[in-house]
Amino acid sequence: MAKTMNFPTYSSEEGKKHARNIVAIWFVVAVIADLIVWFVYGPHMPPGTMTDQARGAQFDIKVVSVMAVPVLLFLWTFGFYAVAKFRGGKDRAEGYYIKGNVKTQAAWYIITASLVLFLAGFGTYELVLPAGAGGGEGPSPIWRPSTNKLLQVQVIAQQWRFTYRWPQFGGMETTSINLPINTEIQFNVTSLDVIHDFWAYQLGVKADANPDSNNVAFAKTLETGRFTVRCDELCGIWHGAMFNYGHVVSQSQFLSWAQSMEAQNASVTKLLPKYATTYTPSYLGAGGGYYPAGDPNGTLN
Amino acid sequence: MAIDMSQTTGVGRGGSSEGGGLKKGPKLNAFTGVLVGALGYLFGHWMGNAIAGGYQQVVGSGQNDTAILLGFIFGTIGFFLGLGILNYPLQKMTGIEPPTDEPEQAQGMMKYFRYTLDNKVVGIQYLFGMLVYFFTAGLLAMAIRTQLLSPTNHIWGPATYLEVVGEHGTMMMMMMTSVVMGPFGNFLVPLMIGSKRVAFPRLEAAAFWFTPAAYIILLSALWQGGFQSGWTGYAPLSIQQGVGQDAYLFSFGLLGFSMICSALNMTATIINYRAPGMRWSRLPMLAWGMITVAFTMLLSVPVLIVGLYVMALDRSAQTSMLYAGHGGSSFLWENLFWFFGHPEVYLLALPGFGVVTEILPVFARKPLFAYKTSVAGMIGVAVLSFFVWQHHLFQSGMNPDMRPLFMLTTELISIPTGFLYLVGMGTMWRSRMRFDVPMLFVMAVFFNFLFGGITGVYVSDVPINVTVHGSYFVMAHFHYTIMGQLMFSVMAAIYYYTPLYFGIKLSEKLGKIHFWTMFIAFNSTFLPLFALGLLGMPRRVFEYAQRLQHLNQWVSVSAFILGLSLAFFAVTFVWQLAVSKPKSPPNPWESRGLEWQVGYPVPHGNFAKIPVILAGPYEYGDPNALPVAELSAVGAHSASVSGGDE
Ligand SMILES: [Cu+2]
Repeated sequence: MAKTMNFPTYSSEEGKKHARNIVAIWFVVAVIADLIVWFVYGPHMPPGTMTDQARGAQFDIKVVSVMAVPVLLFLWTFGFYAVAKFRGGKDRAEGYYIKGNVKTQAAWYIITASLVLFLAGFGTYELVLPAGAGGGEGPSPIWRPSTNKLLQVQVIAQQWRFTYRWPQFGGMETTSINLPINTEIQFNVTSLDVIHDFWAYQLGVKADANPDSNNVAFAKTLETGRFTVRCDELCGIWHGAMFNYGHVVSQSQFLSWAQSMEAQNASVTKLLPKYATTYTPSYLGAGGGYYPAGDPNGTLN
Repeated sequence: MAIDMSQTTGVGRGGSSEGGGLKKGPKLNAFTGVLVGALGYLFGHWMGNAIAGGYQQVVGSGQNDTAILLGFIFGTIGFFLGLGILNYPLQKMTGIEPPTDEPEQAQGMMKYFRYTLDNKVVGIQYLFGMLVYFFTAGLLAMAIRTQLLSPTNHIWGPATYLEVVGEHGTMMMMMMTSVVMGPFGNFLVPLMIGSKRVAFPRLEAAAFWFTPAAYIILLSALWQGGFQSGWTGYAPLSIQQGVGQDAYLFSFGLLGFSMICSALNMTATIINYRAPGMRWSRLPMLAWGMITVAFTMLLSVPVLIVGLYVMALDRSAQTSMLYAGHGGSSFLWENLFWFFGHPEVYLLALPGFGVVTEILPVFARKPLFAYKTSVAGMIGVAVLSFFVWQHHLFQSGMNPDMRPLFMLTTELISIPTGFLYLVGMGTMWRSRMRFDVPMLFVMAVFFNFLFGGITGVYVSDVPINVTVHGSYFVMAHFHYTIMGQLMFSVMAAIYYYTPLYFGIKLSEKLGKIHFWTMFIAFNSTFLPLFALGLLGMPRRVFEYAQRLQHLNQWVSVSAFILGLSLAFFAVTFVWQLAVSKPKSPPNPWESRGLEWQVGYPVPHGNFAKIPVILAGPYEYGDPNALPVAELSAVGAHSASVSGGDE
């Protein structure tokens, strides 16, 4: 490095001025952005307000957003300020010989660590409180709703459709799904072939459907309306077409629907295997019928 | 440390051939490799038919996985034989002492099609290999976006669409991003640490030659019906698939071996071949990036290979380890795969950070801020990456009580990645930034990774994960980390290091056109995908809700512009390398890095004598800083004078 170089003299006053500018710009922008995030976008954030679990998820997205947006904006403010002010000129001057700053570094460690630990704690609290936050909890969930009055809905995924079984309605199986309002629902999700995933977007429910495994998720309905059910785990060629709609309806509408379905399906229900948490598909594959697990030949029926 | 173990050069010892054996034998190269490989494939396929042709499942399905897999195994062995890679180990094993002199240097382009022990040639082989894989997978991405222009009209059927999706994902993840250590680690690390060679040149060279074999085999899936399992290959879907899945698992396995070989070499080189005075506290950040990646690969890739072996057995020998209801479990593959896959996707970030922290001080004209924090950040990411894999499986129904733990470990990773922002901001603080093309890409890395990192917090929060898991939100998130961070870092490194690799300084003007189109098109492509995910669009679907059409069309058009921008890069890059050849002054960026002090072309053996390291590489702005090392220049002019070393 024999060539002559230009080493400017250092002034710490100037540094403080830059720091004050950056913080001031950031503070104003961040406050405005957070207000917009919470009050303008907040109420429209996914997955909506149809269930307790969906509301919990929406609240989480809002909280994480009002924390993330200022971080993002701080780094942006710094970045744009740096690009504007800390440019090399035609003099090809060298920068200052600064290899670290104990106070800045310590502040950064402490702030990022506290943010992260708060988020982990908050996430855990939100996960446990609304009974698993609508996610699949496996066969024996430890976070359950406080009530025992649960509507049981079994979701059976197979290539490439969902069907639903209702043990409290004679074990009938339906191709459509209706749910009563103001009800705690227990989804028991299983598969007859490959891994699928039951994603009821507006209910804030998502649970993988694994063959030979019962994946339980809870939701408490709070509003009526239509919800989308999609398969959310790649399951073969018609994965993209594996969806349907369900409805949350009033309790009396639900009851009359379920009872009429039960009566309508009675003759078919008799032919079905006994209700179980998992089933073994027949050797004929998808659409070829299934048997309770441990009874691959269906002889115990 | 760094005992000189380099072999004497082959000057005046004609007659030895490539691969260190076969005196006066045929000249072996990639073409003989392909030839012998094809013969090997035919032999293996014949053998598989002889063994398993009568099995009930083969007769019943008309599909013989055993034959395909044996074909791939013998094909790869043949390819290696035909390249001469196996000469040395076979001679050793049979008690023949192989010639100790280094294989004769082939001249011109041909040396890039050979098995060679020169770390710089291997680096360049890797560079072009990686670009070929990247552009192939990029074309597949264009195909995906073409299909998604319309929610219901199809360019391809759903089967072809998923084949394309699977090939794109697998090609990008295993072929392109996993080899990123290759072009930069192999070429630069010995130069940076002041070594004349790498620790295991044969492993290093073999590591590269696994990749073209894997590339051919992976692409061969396309005319075998493809595989519709995506790059994650979840069982039992992957067991159900046709023989295309065998190509997936075999090529992925080959890449696993490649990663292990190159990681072993990189670790051993950095630990043992540092020049005197190259303390850990002076190690360049790019070398830190490489060694942390290498460690992570060494510990995680064997798990992937085991998983792939299990899948191969399930498919060919009808074991049922991944089958529910027959003693196996569909969770097993998910665990094995992500136990590899998660370290993998974080370790893709590390070479990028190595590149960025390496280049930033040069253009900021300041020392790297908080060097130790930066190193701690890399080590922290590497270590924590082993404790997060089940966050891919939050909704799987597996071990739900562990979710708070995996949420915590995942969010903890924000701390070491945050270190890198501290380092970046500290280095920029009151600096004298010069915005040459490599620096623009470095700034873009910080910009893009911010989205990747912050959305990572959403994805790792279990209640939010219920909505975003498996959706386009996750897809956008990891494209920001992998393409936005790693691919932009790779571009920064390409623009930065072409003067050293090829003696060519790429045009600033063309580079800026490439940068701005790529940067804007990239963000325009992937930002809307976050919205699509939040609006309920699952991944890997060939049809989607009508209301999402406008957003999808916006994304597709942006993706095409991104593709054009990258095509523009490819054309201008090759044009400048091969035709216009704009000559670069030595060390055009005024870098202090040791790698820049040897001059172009870097001589065979890198240094005339082992340098003594006097100072760290980032002492910018200190008028009294010592040069990074004491060495006599051995560039083009002096190489002939100072050829001998001992
Ligand atoms: Cu499905």
